[in-house]
Amino acid sequence: MKNTLFGEKLEEAKPIVFKKVEEYPELPISLGTTLVNKTGDWRTFMPVINEEKCVKCYICWKFCPEPSIYIKPDGYPAVDYDFCKGCGICANECPTKAIEMIREEK
Amino acid sequence: MEIPESVKKRVSIPFEEHFYAGHTACQGCGAALGLRYVLKAYGKKTIFSIPACCSTIIAGPWPYSAFGAPLFHTAFETTGAVIGGIEAALKAKGYKVKGEDGIMVVGWAGDGGTADIGLQALSGFLERGHDAVYIMYDNEAYMNTGIQRSSSTPYGAWTTNTPGGKKHFLEKRHKKSVIDIVIAHDIPYAATASIAYPEDFIRKLKKAQKIKGPSFIQLYASCPTGWRSPTDKSIELARLAVQTAYFPLYEYENGKYKINMPSTKKEPKPLIEFLKLQGRFKYMTKEDIEILQEWVLKRWELLKKKAEIFG
Amino acid sequence: MVKKVVSGNYAAAYAAKHARVEVVAAYPITPQTSIIEKIAEFIANGESDIQYVPVESEHSAMAACIGASATGARAFTATSAQGLALMHEMLHWASGARLPIVMVDVNRAMAPPWSVWDDQTDSLAQRDTGWMQFYAENNQEVYDGVLMAFKVAEHKDVQLPAMIIESAFILSHTYAIVDMPPQEEIDEFLPPRKPLYTLTDFDNPIAVGALATPADYYEFRYKIAKAMEKAKEVIKEVGKEFGERFGRDYSQMIELYKTEDADIVFMGMGSLMGTVKEAVDVLRREGYKVGAAKVRWFRPFPSEELYELAKNVQGIAVLDRNFSFGQEGILFNEAKGVLYNTDAKPIMKDYIVGIGGRDFTVEDVKKIANDMLKIVESGKLDEEVDWFHLKR
Repeated sequence: MKNTLFGEKLEEAKPIVFKKVEEYPELPISLGTTLVNKTGDWRTFMPVINEEKCVKCYICWKFCPEPSIYIKPDGYPAVDYDFCKGCGICANECPTKAIEMIREEK
Repeated sequence: MEIPESVKKRVSIPFEEHFYAGHTACQGCGAALGLRYVLKAYGKKTIFSIPACCSTIIAGPWPYSAFGAPLFHTAFETTGAVIGGIEAALKAKGYKVKGEDGIMVVGWAGDGGTADIGLQALSGFLERGHDAVYIMYDNEAYMNTGIQRSSSTPYGAWTTNTPGGKKHFLEKRHKKSVIDIVIAHDIPYAATASIAYPEDFIRKLKKAQKIKGPSFIQLYASCPTGWRSPTDKSIELARLAVQTAYFPLYEYENGKYKINMPSTKKEPKPLIEFLKLQGRFKYMTKEDIEILQEWVLKRWELLKKKAEIFG
Repeated sequence: MVKKVVSGNYAAAYAAKHARVEVVAAYPITPQTSIIEKIAEFIANGESDIQYVPVESEHSAMAACIGASATGARAFTATSAQGLALMHEMLHWASGARLPIVMVDVNRAMAPPWSVWDDQTDSLAQRDTGWMQFYAENNQEVYDGVLMAFKVAEHKDVQLPAMIIESAFILSHTYAIVDMPPQEEIDEFLPPRKPLYTLTDFDNPIAVGALATPADYYEFRYKIAKAMEKAKEVIKEVGKEFGERFGRDYSQMIELYKTEDADIVFMGMGSLMGTVKEAVDVLRREGYKVGAAKVRWFRPFPSEELYELAKNVQGIAVLDRNFSFGQEGILFNEAKGVLYNTDAKPIMKDYIVGIGGRDFTVEDVKKIANDMLKIVESGKLDEEVDWFHLKR
């Protein structure tokens, strides 16, 4: 399932590394987005959404600080594990307890 | 892969994202969430200036940016002055500033950068009447430098330079009320807000956008790292801060005070509910807790009186 | 060409107006105040539509200029001594963010004890901030300097801030004739600024000045070093163009006065060089082969021009109206350093003169000439640093 939060910015994101001084811009202005940085590897616990319990209130989406919870075309929320740091806010705030935090085996 | 319009209508805050994941905020960071809301409220036609603070890091190391809007990094104490300069330049260049279709100029600074080192520049910004919005995200200590106390740190809190210990060397002074200092400048609009109530926060941001002149919002933003609290409790804690009247939500608009829901709903919950979830308060004695509880209720009564008299 | 009798400070204010500055953010300090008062008067009279930000400190003055310049505006400010010192942090910010802000610093001694009089230590203490520095000898140079500074600072290969420096009271409050070209001609010389970047491209937003790790910070510092080096060429080009357009040539970073056959040269900066030139004329009439070298631009430092001069003279008397405690006069220190790895080895002596606004006279120059001649003839340097004006 494709993350719907960032559109083409997500596809455009790629690491930018300069090898020679001439390649650098004249001053430190940004040249890309942080979407290049896959923060999912910070995670210890992963949120898992149970669609049977989900009532599509989008509270999890609203309170995600990354944001890494996106909404699928069918209206259910989903987690982009590339970015989710596993803070657990979504699970804590879910009114129907549809999100469970599961220790991740790596 | 289009999101149905029906879904977009069901969400309670603007749907579009201008804050990119991959940023380097800690897990459960309230400041990151606050930035996400500001970018949702104002969109990409916004110029940010951010001084030294956690958000310097959150915004992304060079050459990356987490912002879908322009951002100028600046020195710790300069937020008020820099956004004043940006606004002056926009006016000199003939741009429309603020209002529905104008360019928004936003200063986003922490409590240290606002209540302490940046207070002078903030005061100058307010009294000169620049058309910009200053947002203080308040996590109640110098978190980026490793959790040192600021003048916005509450009584009894542990920080790395109020470490408790044998001498019970904890924060000895109550939290400084920056918003009262701001209101003393007779500006058109000031408000408190909380990351636990994004709809309220975004409404206030939108109001600040419409009002001519400087606006100030003090946003309560949890910090699991500095508060020694579980990362999943960030929203719950910010909500409890409001429900206990520790950090009530209110607005000051052209001389009138208004306490916002849900702060007015019922009597404040006992402060202990807010304190007990945070490691930073674990060294407080029973007396310390009473002192803080008393202060909270005294401030709450004062605010209610203000709303009653100047409502 | 309009000729106006104005103070150095008014010359600075007129130049800012004629440069079509868009934003001025400033804070009052003696003896800078009449610059910002005059600019306010231009606005009040409807002669200028500068956005004027009356900030609450010099630190905020520079911060507001930085915000304005980053947004694309031509920004100007002015200060002195304590105010400049308070700005210090933001001076680095302006150059690091590559913003061509122009500032007039009215040289004033640092406190304590309190002093409002002429002394170069305030500006020279800012030499490592990445700002260009131009020292004006007279009111005309204050005016010309501001116009040229914008052109050099905004040059596509430079993009660095510039400081125009004038003496407290000796220039700032002393009236003299200043030639001011017609506005159309100035506009031709100094077209609107083309910024290196903009904060108003909302479809391609940029973040400016984010954290750079040790893997990248180094290269950005090198870029500034290169830009400063490049500024030397640009200064000469712009100085030449200025001369062609307006009749006053600034193509030399060091102005040489009667040095061709000189055995001894007096080297210094700022208004004291007016006194020196007058003394050179007197001494020449008395048969002394002396000349003057006025360092106009201290940053970037005119190393090559200094070498060319030093090759052909026997002695250089450096006149420092400044001091670096624990070292020596700052111009002396720099000049010696430049010549170290060359074959030019004139005898050099540092005369600490006029500190804190003490009078510096033609008689003083004559005394220095005699002292220096003795040294050159004997080949023996009695002491490197002479606190010349000390009561003893």
